[in-house]
Amino acid sequence: MSTPVAELGRADGRTAADYDVAAVRADFPILSRRIHGKPLAYLDSAASAQQPRSVMAAVDDYVARHHANVHRGVHTLSQEATNLFEAARETVRAFLNARSTREIVFVRGTTEAINLVAQSFGRPRLQPGDEILITGLEHHANIVPWQMLREQTGAKLIVAPIDRAGNVPIDAIESRLSARTRLVAVAHVSNALGTVLPIKDIVRVAHARSVPVLVDGAQAAPHEIVDVQALGCDFYTFSSHKVYGPTGVGVLYGREELLSEMPPWQGGGDMILSVTFDKTTYNTLPYKFEAGTPNIAGVVGLAAALRYVETLGRSKVRAHEHRLLGIASRRLQQVPGLTIVGTAPARSAVISFTVDGIHPHDLGTILDAEGVAIRTGHHCAMPVMDYFGLPATARASFGCYSSEDDIDQLLDALEKAREVFA
Amino acid sequence: MDLSELYRDVILDHYKTPRNFGSLDPADGAADGHNPLCGDRLHLTVQIDGDRIRDVRFEGKGCAISTASASLMTEAVKGKTRAQVARLFDDIHHVLTERDFSPSQDLGKLVALGGVREFPARVKCASLCWHTLNAALEQRERGPADQAGAAAPSISTE
Repeated sequence: MSTPVAELGRADGRTAADYDVAAVRADFPILSRRIHGKPLAYLDSAASAQQPRSVMAAVDDYVARHHANVHRGVHTLSQEATNLFEAARETVRAFLNARSTREIVFVRGTTEAINLVAQSFGRPRLQPGDEILITGLEHHANIVPWQMLREQTGAKLIVAPIDRAGNVPIDAIESRLSARTRLVAVAHVSNALGTVLPIKDIVRVAHARSVPVLVDGAQAAPHEIVDVQALGCDFYTFSSHKVYGPTGVGVLYGREELLSEMPPWQGGGDMILSVTFDKTTYNTLPYKFEAGTPNIAGVVGLAAALRYVETLGRSKVRAHEHRLLGIASRRLQQVPGLTIVGTAPARSAVISFTVDGIHPHDLGTILDAEGVAIRTGHHCAMPVMDYFGLPATARASFGCYSSEDDIDQLLDALEKAREVFA
Repeated sequence: MDLSELYRDVILDHYKTPRNFGSLDPADGAADGHNPLCGDRLHLTVQIDGDRIRDVRFEGKGCAISTASASLMTEAVKGKTRAQVARLFDDIHHVLTERDFSPSQDLGKLVALGGVREFPARVKCASLCWHTLNAALEQRERGPADQAGAAAPSISTE
């Protein structure tokens, strides 16, 4: 189990010497806060990432100078708001390398995106006995919508299990594809363990049987370079707040061919071309799926966040985080009684662990008193916890602003916890 | 923020060496407590003479606060009547949440739980066992416990 950890962070073969983490940190005002008199070591970016000044400035500028409703008015402000909103769609399209902005639907977040696909793609076409294939490491957001769909349609939910390292071997997925499989829905990166799933391979085996693939990219979009055409997936989802943008907004990418066939999910304004009491004609893509006034300020902020990440350089950020993951993994392994949960060779910016004799909830409290913010609990992935026989784990996660000082502070705080419970 | 207020010696002692750990068979009442937020689970069984708790045991997995609170509670409620337990829980609830609370009785070692009040996220850890005890006693009032324990009520705090 130690070999993969030892390899982490060395695969890139370079230190991120050209990555100025101090300059990056200066872009995030919240990082200068002190918590209980200690510097903040924010190691909970997997739950929600902090926002750089440029995101706040973009939202502020939008609200202060350009706000009006989109797609509705002929007046100047409405056109400016519409232009900003549609420019953001183009920014997202480029970020995902989608073919067209018609494939980019703004939603509330990953959760809503998956529910949209379940209800609009799944519900009309699933018959009793049809199957949806997920994996054992999914977040509740990629489990519960399918269970609801199961209740509605009589379809079955099939689960490809994880192994002790936290991998889902491709065979475990391929062998569960059947003549009744109608959709594969998998995480790109596990939020609880950090495992990176081999999406290209999963798409290959699924498409070989003409089964479409939805990818829950909530944990991947901030860390991995996501190219939906290269991945070949049919749907891809992510949330703004995990990629340094505001909360309450996210993205559904869907292949145009599939989105075109799907009925609207919610009805209302903006998703129609014409309405009479007899008949309503739905709008074109992507507006067909955007009923009601959207989170315009959130979308503007999301675009600013994606531009920020592109300015840093996604491959540089990834190399930096990967290096920290390696350092943290090696150092945590030295802590007596500490066990890293999830040791897949391909991991991304997340370390789950337990410490003998100290419940994760107590760890979380003691670390917080030392200024260290980590997540403790089941990480909305209770089946993963059940598999490992754990009620909960502690989870440290990294972002573009994470530093070796954060890791030092984490290790010192863990030592403090061990003293309290000695 | 003073961690030594939360993790007092009494708390750590009862976490590492919980008293009355296990289950009673037969039991007159039983209940399961679950805090889904942190994954704490405890199973509580009681034996009752008339209106008095003769014996009580708990088992399960939890954090230091929930385990120590359950351990301290089992020591405190043995021999007490239903009404006395209710009054004790009422005092404990105030101890967990109010700074300058004067309890109506000598709470003994239970005052150690007062450190929780500076850590609002942890109050539910300390109160889980008390809610579970109430559920077990209520079950007893409704009728004898299912021998298999399958009918034990389950309470959840979140």
